[in-house]
Amino acid sequence: MFEADFSTVLPEVVLAVFAMATLMMGAYTRNHDATSRLVLWASVAAMLLVGAWIGLAPEGTRTAFDGTFISDGFARFCKVMILWGGACVLALSANYLEKHKLMKFEFPVLIILASVGMMIMVSAGDLMVLYMGLELQSLSLYVIAAFRRDSLRSTEAGLKYFVLGALSSGLLLYGASLTYGYTGTTQFEGIAQIVRMGDMSFGLLVGLVFLCAGMAFKVSAAPFHMWTPDVYEGAPTPVTAFFATAPKVAAAAMFARVVYDAFGDTVSDWQQILALLSVASMFLGAIAAIGQRNIKRLMAYSSISHMGFALMGLAAGTAAGAEALLVYLAIYVTMNIGVFAFILNMEKDGTAIMEIDALGLYSKREPGRAMALAVLMFSLAGIPPLLGFFGKFYVLTAAVDAGLVWLAVAGVIASAIGAFYYLRIIYLMYFGEDAETLNGDMPILHWGFLAASAVIMVAGVVNMFGVAGLAEAAAATLVN
Amino acid sequence: MDYPILSIVTFLPLIGAFVLLVFLRGEDEAARQNAKLLALATTGATFLISLAILNEFDAADTGFQMVEEHGWLGGLTYKMGVDGISVLFVMLTTFLMPIVIGASWHVEHRVKEYMIAFLVLETLMIGVFCALDLILFYFFFEAGLIPMFLIVGIWGGKDRIYASFKFFLYTLLGSLLMLVAMIAMYREAGTTDIEALLIHKFSSETVAIFGWQIVGGMQTLMWLAFFASFAVKMPMWPVHTWLPDAHVQAPTAGSVVLAAILLKMGGYGFLRFSLPMFPVASDLMANFVFTLSVIAIIYTSLVALMQEDMKKLIAYSSVAHMGFVTMGIFAANQQGVDGAIFQMLSHGFISGALFLSVGVIYDRMHTRDIEAYGGLVIRMPAFALIFMLFTMGNVGLPGTSGFVGEFLTMAGAFQANTWVAFFAATGVILSAAYALWLYRRVVFGDLIKESLRQISDMDRREKLLFAPLIVFTIVLGLYPALVLDQIGPSVSALLEGYNTALAESQLAQNQ
Repeated sequence: MFEADFSTVLPEVVLAVFAMATLMMGAYTRNHDATSRLVLWASVAAMLLVGAWIGLAPEGTRTAFDGTFISDGFARFCKVMILWGGACVLALSANYLEKHKLMKFEFPVLIILASVGMMIMVSAGDLMVLYMGLELQSLSLYVIAAFRRDSLRSTEAGLKYFVLGALSSGLLLYGASLTYGYTGTTQFEGIAQIVRMGDMSFGLLVGLVFLCAGMAFKVSAAPFHMWTPDVYEGAPTPVTAFFATAPKVAAAAMFARVVYDAFGDTVSDWQQILALLSVASMFLGAIAAIGQRNIKRLMAYSSISHMGFALMGLAAGTAAGAEALLVYLAIYVTMNIGVFAFILNMEKDGTAIMEIDALGLYSKREPGRAMALAVLMFSLAGIPPLLGFFGKFYVLTAAVDAGLVWLAVAGVIASAIGAFYYLRIIYLMYFGEDAETLNGDMPILHWGFLAASAVIMVAGVVNMFGVAGLAEAAAATLVN
Repeated sequence: MDYPILSIVTFLPLIGAFVLLVFLRGEDEAARQNAKLLALATTGATFLISLAILNEFDAADTGFQMVEEHGWLGGLTYKMGVDGISVLFVMLTTFLMPIVIGASWHVEHRVKEYMIAFLVLETLMIGVFCALDLILFYFFFEAGLIPMFLIVGIWGGKDRIYASFKFFLYTLLGSLLMLVAMIAMYREAGTTDIEALLIHKFSSETVAIFGWQIVGGMQTLMWLAFFASFAVKMPMWPVHTWLPDAHVQAPTAGSVVLAAILLKMGGYGFLRFSLPMFPVASDLMANFVFTLSVIAIIYTSLVALMQEDMKKLIAYSSVAHMGFVTMGIFAANQQGVDGAIFQMLSHGFISGALFLSVGVIYDRMHTRDIEAYGGLVIRMPAFALIFMLFTMGNVGLPGTSGFVGEFLTMAGAFQANTWVAFFAATGVILSAAYALWLYRRVVFGDLIKESLRQISDMDRREKLLFAPLIVFTIVLGLYPALVLDQIGPSVSALLEGYNTALAESQLAQNQ
C-alpha cells in the first residue's frame, strides 16, 4: 500500500528532496556565486527532466493516500506545463540575476519549492491537501516577490502580495471549513457524493462561494485582481515572468479540480459565479490596460484579461470547456515566455526601462526582435492566423456549446477592446516616434526563446503540435 | 485534377514573402530593387498559374470545383474550392496584384517589409475566396487585417495612426460577432463545412430573448451577426466612416487593394453566407438593406460632391457603388445578383484605376487637394485620356463595365421594389455630377498653377499598368457575357435554393 502511494507521488518527492539538497549545498559552500549558478542550471535541468518523466508516465488514473492525491491525465498535463514553463523562466532569469547581483542559490530553490506546491495543488483530491500545496506555493512566491531586498518596490510588492494572499487563503480556508461542516468530509469524492444526492444545502453553497473567491484571487480574476498590477510591477522582472506563467496554470487547474471533481454535479451553481468572474476579468483587463504606460503593469492587466478567457472555458462546465482551458493555458504560457524574454532585455545602458514609449520605432533598429514581439502581440490580441486566435476559438466554442452565448458575445467585445493596447505596442515599434532608448544586447538564449515562441505562434496553426489532442485526453480524465 | 491548384495559388505569394524575409538582406538600392522584382515575379507567377483555375473551371457545374480537403485542428477542416461566385474574385485578386506591385515602384521606405506585407495580403485574400470551411474563411478574413494595418500604419500619410487603428478596431469588432455566429452555426449544424452548411436548413422559428420576439429566430440573429461583419467590410452606411480615413492615409497601392479587393469580401460574404444560409432572415431584412443601400447611394454621393481631397472623393464614391451591390444582392433575383457580382468586379478595375490615377499625380505633386490642380490636359494628355475613361466608367457610361453593373442591379431592384430602383437611379445622376466635376476641376481649365508647369506626362511603366485595366473596363462593358456566362449557372442555382427554402418556410408558417 505504502509503496503504491509513494510511487504515485515520487516526482513531487524527488523535486522536494532535490530542493532540500541544493539548499544544503548552498548553505554549506563558500563560493556562493559559482554554487548559485550551478544550482540554478541544475534546477532547470531537474524541472525539465521531471516534467518529461511525468509526461512520459503511463496513462491511467492513480490515487494515493486514500484518494487525497490524484495523478490523472489532467494533473499530468498541468504539471508538465508548470514544470516546463517554470524551467524556461528560470533559464531566462539567469542573465538578469547576474546583472543585478541577485544570483543567490535561494532563488532556484524557492522556484522549485513553489513548483512542488503547484504540483500538489493540481493533484489534490482533498481540500486539506489542496491547501497544503497552495500554501507551499504561496509562501515561496511571497519571498521571491520581495527578492530584491534593497528595492523598495520589490519589498512593497512582496508585502502586498503576502497580506492580500493571506486574506485570500483565509477566504479559501473558511470556504473549506464550511464545506466540511455541511458535508462531513474534505475529500472531493465525498463532497461529490453529497452533492450528487441533491443535498446542496445553503451552507454548502456559501462554502462553495468562499472557495471560489479564494481561488479567484489566486488566478487574479476580477474583482479579486487588485494585487496583480502592483506585484507585477514591483517584483523583479524574472519573478514577474514566473508569476505570469506557472502559478497561473496551477491556480486555474486547481480551480478546475475543485469545481469539476467536488462540485461537478451541480454545474449550474458555480457556472454563474465563474461566468461573472470571467466577464469582469475580461473587461477589466481590457479597459484598465489602455491607460498603462508601464509594460509590466500592462502585462498584468493582460494576464487578468486572459484569465477571464480561461475561466470562460471553465464556466462552460463541460469536457470541451476543460479542454479549452488547457489549450488556452498552454498557448498563454508560451506567449508569455516569449514576451518576458523580451521585457527582460528592455534596458538602456544597463538600467531597465519599463515604459512602453521606449519602444518607439524599435523596428528600425532591431527588425528581428520587433517582428517577433509584434507576432506575439497580435497573438495575445487573438488575431488569426496566430495561435492566440485558436485559444480564443476553443473557449468561445466551449461557451457557446454550453449555451453561454451571452458570455461569448461579451468575450468578443472585450477582446476587441483589448486589441487596442496590443496594437499600440506594435504601433510604437513600427510607426511611432523614434525613441532611441533601448540599446541593450539580447543574450542568445533570450533571443532564442523570443523567436521560438513567435515561430510557435505561426507554425502552431498547422496542428498545434498535437497539444490539442493531449489536452482533450487530459480533459476527459477530469470530466466524466 | 491531381495537384492542389487552389492551395498552390493561395500559398505561392506566402512563399515569396518567406523568401524575401529570410534571404534578402541589406538596405541598399540593389536589395530594394531585388525585393521589388521578386514580389513582381511572385505575383506574376501567381496570376499565370491562376489562369489554370479559369481553364479548369466548368461554368455549367454549379457545385464546388477543384475541392481539396484535409483534417485540421479541433475537428475543423482545411477545405478549399471555388464555384461560379468565387472563381472570378480569385482571378480579380491574382490579376490586380502584379499591377499593385508595379504601382509601388517608387516606394523607398522599407521596401522589403512593404513587399512582404502585400504578398501576405494576397495569400489571405485568395484564401478568403477559396475557403470552404467556416473557420478557415474567418481565419483568412480576419488575418487580412494585420498586413493592411501595417500597410496603412507604416507607409500611410500624415494621420495614418488614427486611420489604421480605426480601420482595425472597426473591422475587428464586426468580425468577432461573426465568429460567435459561426460557432453557433457549428453547434446547430454540427459541421463547419460550407458545402454542408449550404444544404442545412437553419431554424427560423420565432424565439423570445429577454421578452423580445425575434421573428426568423436563429436565422435572424446569425444574419445580424454576419451583417455586422460584412456591412463594416463593404462598407455600408452608417458604418462606412473608416473607409475614407483609411483610403486617404493608405499609400496608393494600399488604396487600390482596399477598394478593388478587400471591399469585395463583404459582398462575397453576403452571397456565400447570408443569402443562401439564412434565406428567411435575408427576406425579412431585405427592406432594411434596401434602405441602407439607398441612403448610401444618395448620401455618400452628396458627401462626395463636397470633398476637397481626391482620394476621399473616390472613397465616398466607392461606398455609393457598394450600395448598388448590396441592393442587387438582396433583390435576390438573377439580374440583381448577377449585377452585384459584375459591379464588384467592374468596381475592382475602375476604382483601382482611379486610385492609381490619383497616385500618378500625387507622385508628381505630393498633394491630393483638388484645389492644387487644374488644366492638366495641357501638360498630360495621356493622363487626361485615361482618367477620362475611368471617370466615365465610374459614372456608368454605356460601353464601360460600370454601366452593366449599375444597370443590372437596378433592373433587379426594380423587380423587387420599384421605389428602391427609383432612388438608386438618382444616385447615378449624382455620381455623374461629382465625377465629372472632379474631372473638370483637375484636368480642364487653364493651367494657371505655377507648380504644374513642369509636370510630366505618364511614363511607360505607368501606361503599362493602366493598359490591362483599360482593356477589361471596355471589353466587359461591350461584352458582359464574358463574366455573366461564368457566374450565371451558379447564381441561378443559389437563387433556386433560396426561393425553395423561402417557400418551404412560408408553408411552414402558414400551417
